[in-house]
Parts: sequence; structure tokens; C-alpha cells
Amino acid sequence: MEQKLIVDGKRLDGRALDQLRPIEARAGVLKNANGSAYFRIGKTIAVAGIFGPREVHPKHMEEAETAILRCKYNMASFSTTERNRPGPSRRSKEISKVMREALMPVLFLENFPKSAIDLHVEILQADASTRCAAINAASIALADAGIPMKDLIASCSVGIVEGHIVLDVAGKEDTEGDVDLPIAYYPKRDLITLLQMDGMVTKEQLKQLLELAKKGAMKIYEIQRQALKSKYMEE
Amino acid sequence: MILLNSREIIGGLNMAERELVIPGDLLGEGIAGSGTYMENGKIYASVLGLAERKDKLIFVIPLNGIYSPKTGDGVIGKIEDVAFSHWIVNINSPYFGVLPLNEAVTDFVDLTKTDLTKYFNYDDIIFAKISNVTKTKSVQLTMKDRKCRKLYGGRLIKITPAKVPRVIGKGGSMVEMIKKYTGCQIVVGQNGIVWIKGEKEDLAIEAIQCIEEKSHTTGLTDKIKEMLENEEGGNNGTKANS
Amino acid sequence: MISIDPDVIKELADKGLRIDRRAFDEYRPIKIETGVIEKAEGSAKVELGGTKVIAGVKMEVGEPFPDSPDEGVLITNAEFLAFAHQEFEEGPPNEDSIELARVVDRAIRESKAINFKKLCIEEGKKVWMIFIDIDILDHDGNLIDAASLAAIAALLNAKFPKLEIVEEGDEKKYTIDYEQKTDPLPIEQRPITITAAKINGKILLDPNIAEESAVEGEVSMGVTDNMIASIQKSSPGGFTIEEINRIAEISLKKAAEIRGLLK
Repeated sequence: MEQKLIVDGKRLDGRALDQLRPIEARAGVLKNANGSAYFRIGKTIAVAGIFGPREVHPKHMEEAETAILRCKYNMASFSTTERNRPGPSRRSKEISKVMREALMPVLFLENFPKSAIDLHVEILQADASTRCAAINAASIALADAGIPMKDLIASCSVGIVEGHIVLDVAGKEDTEGDVDLPIAYYPKRDLITLLQMDGMVTKEQLKQLLELAKKGAMKIYEIQRQALKSKYMEE
Repeated sequence: MILLNSREIIGGLNMAERELVIPGDLLGEGIAGSGTYMENGKIYASVLGLAERKDKLIFVIPLNGIYSPKTGDGVIGKIEDVAFSHWIVNINSPYFGVLPLNEAVTDFVDLTKTDLTKYFNYDDIIFAKISNVTKTKSVQLTMKDRKCRKLYGGRLIKITPAKVPRVIGKGGSMVEMIKKYTGCQIVVGQNGIVWIKGEKEDLAIEAIQCIEEKSHTTGLTDKIKEMLENEEGGNNGTKANS
Repeated sequence: MISIDPDVIKELADKGLRIDRRAFDEYRPIKIETGVIEKAEGSAKVELGGTKVIAGVKMEVGEPFPDSPDEGVLITNAEFLAFAHQEFEEGPPNEDSIELARVVDRAIRESKAINFKKLCIEEGKKVWMIFIDIDILDHDGNLIDAASLAAIAALLNAKFPKLEIVEEGDEKKYTIDYEQKTDPLPIEQRPITITAAKINGKILLDPNIAEESAVEGEVSMGVTDNMIASIQKSSPGGFTIEEINRIAEISLKKAAEIRGLLK
């Protein structure tokens, strides 16, 4: 008999259905990068670093009226149980793209024409919701770099596991759950800027999933803000 | 002595009156200044920094960020390229500066006979003013200002451009104090490049880096003064020469 | 190349209009032609307005993944041909073509369109591998819907090639006779992907290429008769939860219409 993932409303790691894993977030963790951040949720760890706005190389990528945002999401070879083959995969390229598109709506890219903002996120350890951790780290790093932005973007995942709607899919829930739905949320405008889903849901379930995801994202938003503030409040 | 753009100088204000804000924070109503944006009549912070209000103007002094060229700024740059009738200058920004011959030299130059490197050569360091910035960020430089010149020798350090006003201090008080205690010549570019020359370069650099690190804290001037006095062993340097 | 000013499209949207005079929930004309590639096990050419794509299904015998020893394998790929748009470049798959292939793949996989267990030849050893390759011939916007439709049409069109198993002592030899086609593939769902774009706050379906230059985000949903099987938000921008719920509703309705076009 397979182990049940949810027993008496509690999950394998003891969490309630609508509870996030423990989170740790810090701004300005790298020396050389213009901005950086560390974001850990449960065992998933992401580090983001920003260079720029800076000159664009190769030159032909330059845009006359705006900065370009270049994102790279990468999983460290040691980040997974079985060694992850180094180099960009199709999955990582897709995530880099949706991540960029999730962040762009808050950035004042038009302030820096003909320049590039280079964002790299390294997943040091992967235990589900890595793209969410990547976006959360990236968002803090962008603010840390002093890049003008309208708001922070907060991201988390929701899913359906054994018929239950859960927040922040992790561990076995990721591989054995029925639905995985990561979002990124732009609180000031009440907009979802990243939305993907694997699994089968009715439109009523979709509604519930999105509402829960928004709640989770707002909790993460507060943690991101705190991370930025505490960089300058400690002494 | 070189002091830049007094309009930029905001040092010396009481830090406690300033609030640490994060992009998206609501700042109130009024006139949206730098580091803010307006939406539906309300002003929000667009950068991480310290929010301030002067009458109706609300602005945020950033705590980090690259240098974005502005007309009138004095910058320290390095000659990167010498072209037929202009120089290309690295000004520590995503955009390079162009220094045309007629903005650099007053005498008549016969371009067919003159090698421009005789005025400014590769890797020369200059203090120049930004005379114009176009919408697409073409940056023109000029040497036609009494403060503009080539900088010989000395040392260069890079600081976060957002912290330049703190290094200068209110009315130039901070940089004057460092000069007084160290006897160094100091030129501060708005682009975050600082040139220091003198016997006590190390001490001056240490003081400037300390300002950068603690720029968001209160009582900064006193902290720096204390640091300089300790190093000097109570000896108030008197050989300020600029 | 001079293209239509995105501002024009935004202004039109504000007045409830589109540059090609369609209603917001109206698709461009759809043409599906199946069996267009004789040498493929299945194929379909789809025209969605000016967008033209061809999907071909090829099959091979291969090894199953260790975590699903009794299931076949699906591999989806998309190529943007250099002549399909002036901005496309030859070379390795880029972000856009990878995203396209993965979104098409996800709708098929998550809707359980293919009964993978019926692709098992010998558990843990040999299974059928299905390759869906999609060529983008002409890009006039909304590649996701066109490619997804071509993929499911090609799958429905596909037939197993004849498999001959010869036992040589302990070893089995598998040879495929591609000339002879046998049974259709075990296709149990017909997922349809519907893409909605947001322009000036308005939601409209099936954006053409000019409209895609003016979008504030696009959402593609792969749907079956009554379920949503996959979602992808693409392009910079964002949606409110109300908008997403509305798109889910419209997608389920619109997909039923388009599903009727499949043979």
C-alpha cells in the first residue's frame, strides 16, 4: 500500500493544507553583483544575482528605447538526488522565459535605453517550486540592485494532492500530486504575471487554486519586503 | 577644490526623519520626484531607499544603483578611444561619453596635422562635465568649465553612485573634512568615481569607504570625524592644499 | 519591415474592434488537412488565418523511462523555419520554440490524450516512442493554438507501423515495417488549446501577429470536454484572477467548437 500524502488534513511534513514551508530570505548576499538575494523555501534554495543596467553585448541585441532584461535560470548539478546534467536544458530555457515575462511588468526598463539587465538565478537545491523560489530571489535582487520598479513580484505554487487543494507543493507532492500550478503575483495591480499548470481541474477548482495561490504569494511578499529592509536595519 | 552640483547635495540631514522604503510603498500625494512614480494621483517608491519630503516634492534617495548620466553632472572618466575629431570616454555607466574636439581644446587644431593623443591619450583620466544627454542616452562631455581637467597620478576608487551626495556632505562639508584631516586632494565624480591624491591616500580612501558602508545611518559626520581623529592621533592636519 | 503600430491596435480594442474586423471571441478561419506527409505515421497541416504549421508523427521502438516501465514515450519538438518570419534565425531551438513545443506537449500529456499503457511492447524493455515534430511554415500569430491543433490532428491521423518481432535465442529483434500501417493510436482525449490575449484591458481570442505586438500578456489553456488540463501564461504582462476565470470559461466553450473540426 502506498503511503498517503495527506492524513487528517496534515501533509507528510506536518504542514496544514494552506501552509507554506519555512522561508528564509536575504538581500545583498553577493559582493560583485550589483544586486543579489538568497531565497530558501523548505529545501529549495535559490540565489539570484544582477548585473546592470550595463552596455549590451552583442551590440545588435540593443534596443533604442528600452533596457532589455536577460534571465537565466539554472539548476546546479548537485541540486537534485540524481545528478542534473550541466548546461541549459529545454526546461530551464522555458523557465528563464516565463520568469522574465513575470518580472518585466514591474520594471521601468524605459529608464535605461540601449542597456541590458542581466539576471542569473542558480538553484542550489531543488525540492519543488524552484521557479517560484527563483522569481522570489530575482525580485529581491532587482530591488537590491536599485533598479527602478513599480512593485515586487511574489511567487508560489498551489496544487491538488489526493483531491485536496494545497499551498506550496513540495517533496512527494510534486511527483505524485495531480495538479501543480505555479503563479507569480504583482500585488499593487492585483495581477498574475506567471501562470502555468499541469494537471486536470474544473473551472471551479481553478478558482479556488488561484485564490489560495494569491494568499500564499502575499505572505511571501511580506517576507521579501522584510529581507530588503533588514539589510539596512541591522547594525 | 572641486565641488559638484550643489543641487545634489543632501548629506547632513537627520537620517531619523527619513523612512526606509521599498519599491511599491505608498508615499502620499504631491509632486513625484526622483525614485518615485505616480499612479492614480498617488506617489509610490520606485527604488529601495530613503524617502523624503520637501514641501510638496516627494523623492527617494536610492541606496544602490548604477550611474545614469544627467546634464550638468561632473564625472570622472577614462579615455577609451581616440577618434578623428572626438574622444570616447568611459564614465562608469551603461553609456559612454563623447568629448568633441571643440569642447576639449580652445586653440585651433588642424586635424590633418594633429594627433589628438597629444591632448588626451588612451587611459588618461579626466574630470569633465556632461553638457548634454539625449533621450536615447547619447552623452556629450565638455571640458569648458574651470573645474574640468586631466587628473594626473593619484588613485581612483569606485563607490555606489547613489552615495556620492553623502561623500560630499551638506555644502561639501564631508569631503572638506576628509581633505582637512588627510591633506589629500579629492575629486568626487557624480558617477561614483573618486580621485584621491596625497600622502594619506589610504586614510582618505578608508574614510570614503566607511561613508559608503554607513551612508544610511545617523550621525555619520561625527562617526567619520572620530575615525579620522583617531588615525591622526589628535593631530589636525593643516596642509590642505586645494 | 514596417509593421502596424501597436497603439493603433490598442485604440481599436478600446472601441471593441480588431484590425481584421473579428469579434473578440472569434477565431480566424481554421483549415485542417490530415495525412499530408505520406512517410509519417500521422500528419496534419493546420492553417489558422495566415499562420501555417505542419505536425508529423513518427514512431520508433525504444526503452521506457525507469519510472514508467509499462508506458510509451512522447517527445514533442517545434522548429521555427527561417522563412516563416523575418525575425526567425536558423540555429538551435530558442526560448520561443522550446516553450511552444513544451506547451503543446503538456496539453496532450496532462489531458491523458494518449493511453501510454497501450504503447507498451514488453514491460521495462520495449515501448513505442511517439515523436511529434512541428514545423512552423508561416507565422501570423497564435502559434500555440495552431501547433496544438496540428499535433492532436496528426495523432488522430496516425497509425502504428507494422512491428515484427523475431526471437533469436534469448534475444528479441524488433524491426519496423514503415510501409505497412496497422491500427490507429490509442487516443482517448481531444485536447484543444485556446489562447486569449489581453489588449488594453480587453480579452480577445486568437491574436494575430500584429495583435501579439500589442498584448499585455497571453494565456493558453489546453482543455478537454469539461476540464482544463494545462495552462501557460506567455508574453510580459499580467491577468487578474477574474480575468483568468473568465478565460477558463470562454476556453471550454470555444474548444468545443474547434473540436468539431477534428475528424
